[in-house]
Amino acid sequence: MLLIRDLRKSFREPDGGYLPILEIKEFHVGPAEQVVLMGKSGAGKTTLLHTIAGISRPDAGSVRIDGTDITRLSEAGRDRFRADKIGYVFQTFNLLGGFSALENVLLGMSFAGRRGDSARARQLLERVGLAHRLTHRPAMLSVGEQQRVAVARALANRPKLLLADEPTANVDAGHQQQIVDLMRETCREEQVALLIVTHTADVADQFARIERLENFNSAVAGV
Amino acid sequence: MSLWKIAWRSIQQRALASSLTGLSMALGVMLVVAVLVIHGVINRSFLNNEGLGYNLVVGAKGGRLDLVLNSVYYLARPVENIPYSYYQEFTEGRFKPMVAKAIPLCLGDMYKEFRVIGTTPGFLNDLDYGGNKYEFAQGRNFEQEEFYGAVAGAAVARETGLKVGDEFQPAHGAAPDAQKHDPFKVVGVLKPTGTPNDRAVFINMEGFYLIPEHVKPLDDEDAPAKKPEPVKEAPAAATDAAAPATIVPPATDAAPGSESTAPPAENESTSAVEAKTEPAQAIDVDNENDARRLFDPKTAAELGETPAARDDHDHEHHEPLPVEQREVTAILVLTASIAGAPPELLAPGLIKKINKDNVAQAVLPIREMSTLFATFVDPLRIILLALTVLIVIVSGIGILVSIYNSMNERQHEIAVMRALGAGRRTVMFIVLLESILLSLAGGLAGWVVGHALIAGLNPWIVGQTGVSVGFLQFVGYELVIIPGLIVLAALVGYLPALAAYRTDVAKALSATP
Repeated sequence: MLLIRDLRKSFREPDGGYLPILEIKEFHVGPAEQVVLMGKSGAGKTTLLHTIAGISRPDAGSVRIDGTDITRLSEAGRDRFRADKIGYVFQTFNLLGGFSALENVLLGMSFAGRRGDSARARQLLERVGLAHRLTHRPAMLSVGEQQRVAVARALANRPKLLLADEPTANVDAGHQQQIVDLMRETCREEQVALLIVTHTADVADQFARIERLENFNSAVAGV
Repeated sequence: MSLWKIAWRSIQQRALASSLTGLSMALGVMLVVAVLVIHGVINRSFLNNEGLGYNLVVGAKGGRLDLVLNSVYYLARPVENIPYSYYQEFTEGRFKPMVAKAIPLCLGDMYKEFRVIGTTPGFLNDLDYGGNKYEFAQGRNFEQEEFYGAVAGAAVARETGLKVGDEFQPAHGAAPDAQKHDPFKVVGVLKPTGTPNDRAVFINMEGFYLIPEHVKPLDDEDAPAKKPEPVKEAPAAATDAAAPATIVPPATDAAPGSESTAPPAENESTSAVEAKTEPAQAIDVDNENDARRLFDPKTAAELGETPAARDDHDHEHHEPLPVEQREVTAILVLTASIAGAPPELLAPGLIKKINKDNVAQAVLPIREMSTLFATFVDPLRIILLALTVLIVIVSGIGILVSIYNSMNERQHEIAVMRALGAGRRTVMFIVLLESILLSLAGGLAGWVVGHALIAGLNPWIVGQTGVSVGFLQFVGYELVIIPGLIVLAALVGYLPALAAYRTDVAKALSATP
């Protein structure tokens, strides 16, 4: 599903030099596989997710998702690919405040050209237990409910890969497990590969495969 | 979810700022609409030849525009007069073959602040306005024989309360102490016409002539020949205009003043048809009592005369003023149509003939008004329009500032959209749509309010000008407003849209929302 090879990514520093962030020889996630990615702060976890999602472009290497090397796509092509094939759950949920729960889900679908599929959006919100909150705006939802909307939004376009960047970091312990269970179950149901970044050992321990970024990212090895 | 809806939600999210910028756009568009509509309606009302029912105005030589403003729109001060016999050239004389209609006007008197128009029944019977016949809300037109019959325009009736059966006294000028004339009886009230005639009172010209100040004094050499018999008995039937003069009021006032010396009509007692104060010219009336006896029933009673023996304003026993002592202020002429050709074809020839005379001049009212508009009104309109367009542009810049200022706080939102798969062009387009929606919403609100404002002000506008403006009164230029707003919105929205286009997604996502 996901195959990264010879990936290099660096940031330009104020003094004109370059700070290497990612140097990954190879990394892969199988179809419908669920992988936890851990690492220290500054290890490049979010940068890696951005690069996989096509939000950032690597300096070198390939990121192949479902057979497509997104590094070879134009920016507009990457945008379309991201809308179609990749779901993204953010640490801070990033729901749009002016839109209801249902509209937040529909928003992601409209960028993928699935403007009229509100049945799918409703079904997903029901799946995450928010059938009674469709018209509520984010400010009217609890933190746990907001993250569940975010999960539904990320899965709306039937992606092949779901990227989750510390999705439980802002959720209380009671809701953490709910969110994790929800993502794992829905990804299993929809046959979506899951790459989840977390700092929480309790969360990580539930996954069969746990990767530490420092182990395969030579740019920050030993950080 | 459509991009329009996404843009609209974004506007809703910033409701206060959006409302204020939309309001400023609404005010700008409202002003543009008001200027366009009012100017368009005035243009149509003043320059529409068919709207008048005639195509020529004949009056004394002098200011052409004064003649038109005075005779057609009842504005400006009264002009000089021309002999009644000249009017007869149009009805039975040398101009007759070229004339379809000729309606005389005698101006100079007022009822309160409204003009009193001495004319024939033909004004309301034969002329039309904008292709419509004059209709009566109450009563009817006065008859030729009803010397003291009057018809009130709609605005006059509304504002003064005049109704059928009421009597009123015309006066020289509008001042409270203006000299009052003999009472006229209202026999009809016109329905609104949306023309200056709404603000006029029409009286029978024959009664107008019987007002003492309106009698033209005879020239010295004419005086003996035209010397009328004093009225000591009620005339049986004396409506023949050619009959010998029998009623001559005491000459009490000055002859019609020239334009350069006549005081303004509004505040001073200036009649367009006035008699000269020259005792030598008084005919058959030896003293003041005789004069008062002729025109004041009470005085006559005090003097011991029977009602039947005097002209007591019972409105049935009057003799018309002799032609020699009559004048008219203007003649409204519709030239004849020969073999179905437009009446305008004969107008140049008739104008040439009339202007050759020393007596009068003929003018095309539409041409005079067009010249006035081209010289004074159009440049003012352009300046006014330019100012209002500038206001709209400033409102547009307000939208730019509002959206642009919101871009900082919206960078995270835009980054989220990008992360969800929206392209750079998509987010740029959403911001442009926001600008367009704000402009259109404000513009449409301004358009509606502008028309509502004009409709609301209609009674006042009609009161001031006689021109009616309705809510649904459109001007062709208004069609440009919507496309113009879209272009303006796209221009002012471009800068913030560009900021959205350039948003660094990774950086904005990393920032705390």
